[in-house]
Amino acid sequence: MLDAAILGAVFASIVAAATTLLIASLGELVAERAGTLNLGVEGMMIVGAAVGYATAYGSGSLLLGTLAAVLAGVLLSLVFAGLAIWLATNQVASGLATTILGLGVAGLIGSNFVGTRLDGAPELVIPGLTDLPIIGEAVFGQNAYVYASLVLLAAVTYTLARTRIGLVLRAVGENHAAAHALGHPVRGIRTLAVMFGGACAGLAGAHLSLAYTPFWASDMTAGRGWIALALVVFSAWRPLWLLGGAYLFGAVSILQLHAQGFGLGIPSQLLSSLPYLATIAALVVISALKHGQGAPASLGVPFVPDR
Amino acid sequence: MGEAPHQPESLLEAVELTKRFGALVANDRVSLAIRAGETHALLGENGAGKSTLVKMMCGLLQADSGELLYEGTPIVFPDPASSRAKGVGVVFQHFALFDAMTVVENVALGLPGHQPLSVLAARIDDCVRRYGLAVEPYRRVGELSVGERQRVEIVRCLLGDPRVLILDEPTSVLTPDESENLFRTVDVLTGEGRAVLFISHKLDEVRRLCHRATVLRGGKFIAEVDPKRESSASLARLMVGAEVPRTPRVTTHALGEPRLLVRHLNLPGDGSRGSALHDINIEVRAGEIVGIAGVAGNGQTALFNVLSGETLVEDQESIVIDKVAAGGLGPTERRALGAGFVPEERLGHAAAPDMRLSDNVLLTTHGDGEIVTADVIRRTTLFGRFQKIVKGFDVRFGGKDPKARRLSGGNLQKFVIGREVLRNPVLIVVDQPTWGVDAAAAGFIRTTLRERAAQGCAVLVVSQDLDELLEFTDRIAVMSEGRLTAPVPVEETSREAIGLAMGGAHGAHDSDAEGEGHHAA
Repeated sequence: MLDAAILGAVFASIVAAATTLLIASLGELVAERAGTLNLGVEGMMIVGAAVGYATAYGSGSLLLGTLAAVLAGVLLSLVFAGLAIWLATNQVASGLATTILGLGVAGLIGSNFVGTRLDGAPELVIPGLTDLPIIGEAVFGQNAYVYASLVLLAAVTYTLARTRIGLVLRAVGENHAAAHALGHPVRGIRTLAVMFGGACAGLAGAHLSLAYTPFWASDMTAGRGWIALALVVFSAWRPLWLLGGAYLFGAVSILQLHAQGFGLGIPSQLLSSLPYLATIAALVVISALKHGQGAPASLGVPFVPDR
Repeated sequence: MGEAPHQPESLLEAVELTKRFGALVANDRVSLAIRAGETHALLGENGAGKSTLVKMMCGLLQADSGELLYEGTPIVFPDPASSRAKGVGVVFQHFALFDAMTVVENVALGLPGHQPLSVLAARIDDCVRRYGLAVEPYRRVGELSVGERQRVEIVRCLLGDPRVLILDEPTSVLTPDESENLFRTVDVLTGEGRAVLFISHKLDEVRRLCHRATVLRGGKFIAEVDPKRESSASLARLMVGAEVPRTPRVTTHALGEPRLLVRHLNLPGDGSRGSALHDINIEVRAGEIVGIAGVAGNGQTALFNVLSGETLVEDQESIVIDKVAAGGLGPTERRALGAGFVPEERLGHAAAPDMRLSDNVLLTTHGDGEIVTADVIRRTTLFGRFQKIVKGFDVRFGGKDPKARRLSGGNLQKFVIGREVLRNPVLIVVDQPTWGVDAAAAGFIRTTLRERAAQGCAVLVVSQDLDELLEFTDRIAVMSEGRLTAPVPVEETSREAIGLAMGGAHGAHDSDAEGEGHHAA
């Protein structure tokens, strides 16, 4: 029934689906470890997807498209940072507003590209290795985004745990008043962290529209930004756990497609909602395990320095 | 420039610093000079402007006018990092520590540049040996006691090799024993030629430890004195500007029925820190004030919450309020039995910060049947009660009916106490009645509680201020690691015995308490 070729294709597509989530959630994890809850991920992701697609379509360069997507994500994150960090507005409201703004802007940019198609990012081919059965394509036959996401994971893990800037960033998220008293620029560091989150969201969007599904469709992020947010909680703010979380959710979202294909007699709508149900289940399990486990103590609290 | 005559040996000097916050002048031309090798006390009531002055001296705040001199040369500290670079280290009352991180990570965050944590850990160990500050580099700060946290702060400062060390109310969180250790450390530091600015309102300590003292009152410089030549009374006069009233303590009236009876009260821990309660027994009778001493974090908060009904216990009979088993009753039901509660945290626990004072009156009086009848708030009655509290308890504020957060700590505390007292409870449980309250207001609060007791109310006071408990309670019990010693009449105990028990030496205090067995039964 299931031969090695099908299994190999399934694994490869799980990796692809997980990559978007991994990149976006890494960015959000950094922002949250610095104490900023950025609910604008979905908006930044879709703006990245739209700008990346438009640039790549116009220039014919996937690299330019990717850079433009990252830049667009950063620009939108600056809107959020200006509100939530420098004007100390409510982070939840500002983040939601950013997402709504992003969805609107992306729809506007993308309206000219409906029905067009791009050649997606090329996949790596290593003769011999890529041809290995089952795992060959999944491990050795992916595009640059996939490998970039893993490099990013390693970099974020190392930076947070081992470097001074990582230590300062965690300190700002843990107790912003103390960090300020010690002379660390709380708002500056938070802004950089949110910009990094925006860049990652933009990159995740580029992966969507330039590699995973290389065409434009409005609302093509389909809630992946929200899943990325849930993954951060799921991982208890530890980057390595994000890897497991992202691949678990990637697997659920791919397997439900195949389950639909097999005609299991379960309504397709129910299967399509599996990733979202899994998100809710993960959040419930995490919060039941231990209250507020691992959350940065200053998360979501605006910082206003003394006069 | 340099209009004030300053001695050349002044290490750090504030010259006529002024700082305004809106209409309030927090510091009005305040001057202070710290010399190398001396322990200099900064004395003043809460709100006298000590914190503002310190913040300006370390770059956390910028002065509106006046200047800072460092070794006689004018200097500007735009931020705390720049003052640290010049060798000014500050240990604040509210520690700038990160609970989720280890000691060594916390230390690294306070030092410029990057050092491998292992190197830093070795430097911490070295500092620990030199100054007798026991800390373990790889423990998580969240697991440490308050005294240990303070040592982490001090070690962090010392690794920056400061020439001036500013200690903001350092002993307010320490046991007498821990304070002694700190004094020894301070002596070593000044012996090395460093200067220590010691902020305190505990006059005995200042007289023992400090070479000079600068006194502030109401944001103004009052005097610079040699504390060794002053008496505690004369220093208090300088601080307060008037004689400080002592609370009469003698209980002349007869004691009545037990209003609060706690028997074999247990509370399981929540797994993390925050001590559980182990077999607590105490009795408070009508007409007496019983004090509970102890260093913060030994279960006092858990005990208060259990008594107030915020945490319920399974054994109904373990808490009896005015002869009614109350272990499973909530706060409102306990108030209906005639109890009143004043928690430690004023803003956010005793009062809702963003609600008006008059509405805050409702928080504890809604069930009394007087202000709220048939589910309708009687605004006139409410406002009448509000006025009565404000007048009767001398609560001062701007405007007619401001939000609770606008009040100073002392005034809000008077309001909160007044709110409970005017309900005419038969039992009052107060956690930290005068924490962060100036001496005049503190005296007033103690006198009020004393009067209530004389009128037949039972009062239970939880406090970390041993002097306060010795001054105005009738019996004192000590809390340590979730256990409570049997209460002992004040005249039969001593600072030393209580201090020992605070450190966990149960036996020492219990043997003193033998004669008091009948109280705990």
